[in-house]
Amino acid sequence: MSSQVFTSWGRVLREAHEVVGLPSRHQPLSLPASGASVLPFGNGRSYGDSNLNPGGALLQGGQLDRFIAFDPVTGLLRCEGGVLLSSILKLVVPQGWFLPVTPGTQFVTVGGAIANDVHGKNHHATGSFGNHVTQLELLRSDGSRRLCSLEQNADWFAATIGGLGLTGLITWAEVQLRRVANPYLDTESIRFHSLEEFFELSQASERDYEYTVSWIDCAFSGKRLGRGLFNRGNHAPAVLDVDAVPKGLPAGIATPSRRVPITPPVSLINTLSLKSFNTLYFNKQRQDVVRSLQHYRPFFYPLDALLEWNRIYGPKGFYQYQCVVPPERALSATRALLEAIAASGMGSFLAVLKQFGTPASRGMLSFPEPGTTLALDFPNQGPKLHALFAQLDRIVLDAGGRLYPAKDGRMSAAVFKAGYPRWTEFTSYVDPRFDSGFWRRVMENS
Amino acid sequence: MRKILIVGATSAMAEACARAWAQRGDALFLAARNAPQLQSIADDLKARGAQRVGSKVFDANQFDQHAALLADATRFMDGLDTVLIAHGTLSDQERAQTDVPYALGEITTNGTSVVSLMSIAGEQLAQQGRGAIAVISSVAGDRGRQSNYVYGSAKALVSAFASGLRQRLAKKGVHVITVKPGFVDTPMTAHLKKGALWVKPEQVARDITRAIDKGGNIVYTPGFWRWIMLIIKHIPEFVFIKISL
Ligand SMILES: Cc1cc2nc3c(=O)[nH]c(=O)nc-3n(C[C@H](O)[C@H](O)[C@H](O)COP(=O)(O)OP(=O)(O)OC[C@H]3O[C@@H](n4cnc5c(N)ncnc54)[C@H](O)[C@@H]3O)c2cc1C
Repeated sequence: MSSQVFTSWGRVLREAHEVVGLPSRHQPLSLPASGASVLPFGNGRSYGDSNLNPGGALLQGGQLDRFIAFDPVTGLLRCEGGVLLSSILKLVVPQGWFLPVTPGTQFVTVGGAIANDVHGKNHHATGSFGNHVTQLELLRSDGSRRLCSLEQNADWFAATIGGLGLTGLITWAEVQLRRVANPYLDTESIRFHSLEEFFELSQASERDYEYTVSWIDCAFSGKRLGRGLFNRGNHAPAVLDVDAVPKGLPAGIATPSRRVPITPPVSLINTLSLKSFNTLYFNKQRQDVVRSLQHYRPFFYPLDALLEWNRIYGPKGFYQYQCVVPPERALSATRALLEAIAASGMGSFLAVLKQFGTPASRGMLSFPEPGTTLALDFPNQGPKLHALFAQLDRIVLDAGGRLYPAKDGRMSAAVFKAGYPRWTEFTSYVDPRFDSGFWRRVMENS
Repeated sequence: MRKILIVGATSAMAEACARAWAQRGDALFLAARNAPQLQSIADDLKARGAQRVGSKVFDANQFDQHAALLADATRFMDGLDTVLIAHGTLSDQERAQTDVPYALGEITTNGTSVVSLMSIAGEQLAQQGRGAIAVISSVAGDRGRQSNYVYGSAKALVSAFASGLRQRLAKKGVHVITVKPGFVDTPMTAHLKKGALWVKPEQVARDITRAIDKGGNIVYTPGFWRWIMLIIKHIPEFVFIKISL
């Protein structure tokens, strides 16, 4: 058994783990003889420690990367848990299909997308990834295999969607894709100047736009608080205005090639760079509304064009903070969060605001629920950042909200349990040999 | 569309090549020992766009099956123009030092079975006057080293045989490619510690498919191994016996 240093997307933790290879979905799991616990590792795009298992072993879930069947007539795709969303898109877009839900990077595995029940810009319309999984196979450490769906082993299905990799290994899954006519999206970017305006735009867009998401400026308090850019879009129709099709783009972005070559010795993100970036970004479009036809890659995955952008935060890494607060308290809680962040001077470039809709999540621990979600990155600045997080936690909990484990590397057991009341029920589905850094932390004293 | 037979199709390097070929719509015939694994790879390649995918459960050590494999592949694809021979085992050197039957078995799997397949394929392609055979040898075949000379000597056999075959068949329009990978991060080597010299099977596959498309006789992959092995081959024997490699 070899050992290897693993880090997650936020790069705060870097720990050696035992590595367990997974050459075939037909074989039983090979478990460490030492009796150490295991955790599936997808493509490492979770930010904190929910995909790490310091002191234990990682199952290389990404090795299960084979397609099983794709029906271009019905759009039903069956593949192994380690297949990347990018591979699926490469295969199905030319045949007129698209992922039903996609997160902001295409470099995640199907297993990872299910284990975190990931959401996209279309949550208000179609719910999260798990809502489109028709069945999956769960392999447990005792060698048992379960076919899980809404009809079969429905309780295991509910535990495994959003199950943080703790219920067993997802060897394969079946996903219902959605039809598209071409790789393009009809998009609009609209400038807004306050949170109230954001909520109005959101409400007005939900019926007619499949995709909505906003970038919000969190560097400034006062009058500029809550300003941002609202993005909305739909898959383009079969008949396109050829003049509007972006020229040369698909080829140019076919392979993301630019990388952040080295980790700078200090974080390149600081208050000064933040304020000037945000001002520039807010003013990047001349008109208040800009319409354009965009290829799906820049529309859904603007960050993927710069591989390993996570390195710009320097050797200490960074944290993401993503929460959701229910509709009744959304405006006041979001304002309180933005005020606290602006006052701390530690804000982030990538502050994202989005309304989750009413389609119910299927997972016991699924993150999305109706309300408003805010996501921000923070360079790791030690205790003063953790003090801010504690402040944000209070605002979120008071509003009846919760944090997203996929983005978390620090929430306390109390914060987790308050946000996810079904955790007690969930514990009976956790595989006795599976564990994670995240899970040990949030299960403390219970 | 190319018609390609892959022996040892469940090897990670072979699978990576097969994916590249599937994507451009080639026809593939896969041979390997492990039936369920073979089936899942065939399904995957079909989904990825291969024109046709056939497969056969096949043990390279059953020499009397070699001719039948070539015939089956040719019949299934209605022709044959490329053969990739990629099967092999990573021998346990320590065991081979005392367990002679085991050592000879390893030489059979990694050496003589490859010779047999290359011979049969070579004749068929020579008769039709075109085609390519790519065979996976190893940098380990360039010089016998204490740490893996059983495996290495089998690969040395493959390299020397391929060299002669290439010279002979070049005149008949058949192209023979010897592939010499260094350290490749595959399930076969999952238990070994990985360092800076290790590469992913996809990188090796890029080198192999390029050599088949564009020509190339002895392909070190990645290329820097040519220089590493050049040095290792030229260490005088009296120095070599004193170092541990
Ligand atoms: C730039 C960027 C943008 C993002 N945008 C979004 C977004 O818009 N919405 C969103 O929801 N998320 C988003 N994310 C987070 C990301 O989608 C999730 O963290 C996703 O789960 C990562 O998948 P992964 O394959 O990298 O898995 P990992 O991060 O390696 O693992 C994630 C979880 O899946 C489990 N797992 C992996 N494979 C298996 C398997 N085969 N069987 C069982 N469990 C398994 C792991 O144990 C772990 O718990 C974003 C991340 C990045 C880096």
